[in-house]
Amino acid sequence: MSSDGNKKQFWKRNAAKVPGSIQHVYGAQHPPFDPLLHANLIKAGNKPPPATPGKPKKATTFQEFESITSDAWDVGDDDDELLAMAAQNLNIEVVMETANKVHSYMQWFAEGDVTSPEVSFASQSSPYTDSRLVKSHSEAPIGSPKDAAGERAALHRQRSLPHRPPVIPLVARMADQNTSGTPAMTEREASRLDKFKQLLAGPNTDLEELRKLSWSGIPRQVRPIAWKLLSGYLPANAERRESVLQRKRQEYFGFIQQYYDSRNDEHHQDTYRQIHIDIPRMSPESLVLQPKVTEIFERILFIWAIRHPASGYVQGINDLVTPFFVVYVFEYIEEEVENFDVSSLQEEALRNIEADSFWCMSKLLDGIQDNYTFAQPGIQRKVKALEELVSRIDESVHRHMHQYEVEYLQFAFRWMNNLLMRELPLRCTIRLWDTYQVQTHTNRHSKKRRCEASFLWKKETLGEHEKHYVFLVSSPLLKHCSKLHF
Amino acid sequence: MGSDEAYNFVFKVVLIGESGVGKSNLLSRFTKNEFNHDSRTTIGVEFSTRTVQLSGFTIKAQIWDTAGLERYRAITSAYYRGAVGALLVYDITKHLTYESVERWLKELYDHADPDIVVMLVGNKTDLESERSVPTEEAKDFAKKKDILFLETSALESTNVEAAFTNVLAEIHKKVRSKAVVRGSISAVSLNSHRAENAEEKKPCCRNI
Repeated sequence: MSSDGNKKQFWKRNAAKVPGSIQHVYGAQHPPFDPLLHANLIKAGNKPPPATPGKPKKATTFQEFESITSDAWDVGDDDDELLAMAAQNLNIEVVMETANKVHSYMQWFAEGDVTSPEVSFASQSSPYTDSRLVKSHSEAPIGSPKDAAGERAALHRQRSLPHRPPVIPLVARMADQNTSGTPAMTEREASRLDKFKQLLAGPNTDLEELRKLSWSGIPRQVRPIAWKLLSGYLPANAERRESVLQRKRQEYFGFIQQYYDSRNDEHHQDTYRQIHIDIPRMSPESLVLQPKVTEIFERILFIWAIRHPASGYVQGINDLVTPFFVVYVFEYIEEEVENFDVSSLQEEALRNIEADSFWCMSKLLDGIQDNYTFAQPGIQRKVKALEELVSRIDESVHRHMHQYEVEYLQFAFRWMNNLLMRELPLRCTIRLWDTYQVQTHTNRHSKKRRCEASFLWKKETLGEHEKHYVFLVSSPLLKHCSKLHF
Repeated sequence: MGSDEAYNFVFKVVLIGESGVGKSNLLSRFTKNEFNHDSRTTIGVEFSTRTVQLSGFTIKAQIWDTAGLERYRAITSAYYRGAVGALLVYDITKHLTYESVERWLKELYDHADPDIVVMLVGNKTDLESERSVPTEEAKDFAKKKDILFLETSALESTNVEAAFTNVLAEIHKKVRSKAVVRGSISAVSLNSHRAENAEEKKPCCRNI
């Protein structure tokens, strides 16, 4: 675990051992890669030793530091390839070409086109293909029928993409790991799952241990309970859990009884109305458009909003319910969430899912409410910090933005406001939140750091000289996302 | 990704109006000929462009779209900067969205150039059966406020082209009538020197 001293020092340090103004980014426990530095290391024939977990000592060089911490994304034997990709020297032509490819890919992801009638299957030559995922998706239904205009639009969108990205489920199939016909868990995965199960079996869960384990991702089977523990919703003491759950769930439904009827009152109707028109515009539609789900989301958001008048309901907050809801539904089902009829669940199960989602979402928002209060100072601060960081670790990008008068707020706003949920597929978000929930505990500003980390930049030029929206997508992250399954 | 066509002018146009009236789909219909039933709520700011021909001139329309929600206005204060046109959109089936028009106009004039060209747009005419804002009423209001007016359907693509083109034409008229100096009406190609572009940009967008 990195020391807090390290983090604080980063912002004040004047280390000048590297060319330009590149500063090493120490993100809480495990730093992201500095591709430039790493490229140098690779060139020098300095292959970093296999990552070993453990407390990093205060390192004098990035190399040392990096060799004693493990990769956050834990990509296994993809490491070398990943590093090589990250270390690619990005000249502008290559960037633009990649960016175009990646942009349409990301856009496709963000729009969750899994229900598009023109679903196509990846050619194996695509760099983003994971053959396992593609194969399992071939059984997935095409999706609900749309009217002509919608279909035409979807077709339009498909045609306008320069490349046809592979089809990857919005939320990875649970069935992947449950049916005999699908590949079994790897040894590594099985052993990780075991570790978690052991950790969770005891009378008193060691939260510190749980955090350490969870940082590199939580196996699907134990994610619901892990999330509840990490957020502080569930107590570490196993005996107390049932009673705490009961109490919190009762409390939530008490709020419903107390407040929900007031949604059509004069002072609340604007809030309710906004929520009401926003939910149908959420992803994944196959989920949120189910009447039962719409109802649940409306209640959760309305109650939260009126209990947090400092911000009330702000567009983007609605997206934050989804990961919790989806993960907690997982506890009861085997199939994919997006094709699952939620109303088939038992009434009590649904109530529990709803209440748990409400409370866990509240906890998440507690730490970032100033993202949503008037003038959204939290976001402004984070974007400023992002700008500062970019100016320090990638001067050319920063200069580029400056030259075209692109304000960071213009593109980074949505990243911060929706915690990157609009930029990544849901399952990436869910995986990201495994780490985020750990991070939040250790460092309140982790969200900012995560955004700032080099692997989450999107670089794309829209070809306008007046205003370039400049994003940089790191291929490693995308590639990793495409291999995610849980 | 950008086209290599030359253009004479760049006009920044903003889309404003209540949440859910159809701003984003008007944008996508005009710039990409797309309509999306499943479009998401707009977060922050998005923009898109399209180049049109007007009276022999090549005009690049830079259309900005933002969330209608009140909370974001503090963030989007820069949104209006340099805008020479605005489409103030309401939903003809939701009278409330029409009632806010006065407020939007005020905000517009508070933040934008006083000469900005404004068009009141009543969207969703495909839902005629659910209409709650009479055409004549809105038309009269627009006349009183000395702003343009049209009813559109982004879904059916009705009048979307006309709405934007009329605004652009109106802007163009104003630009030309101001007899701008400094050689602003020179053609410029996207590949040309940045300095030229900067020169080119100022007169169009700022000297109105």
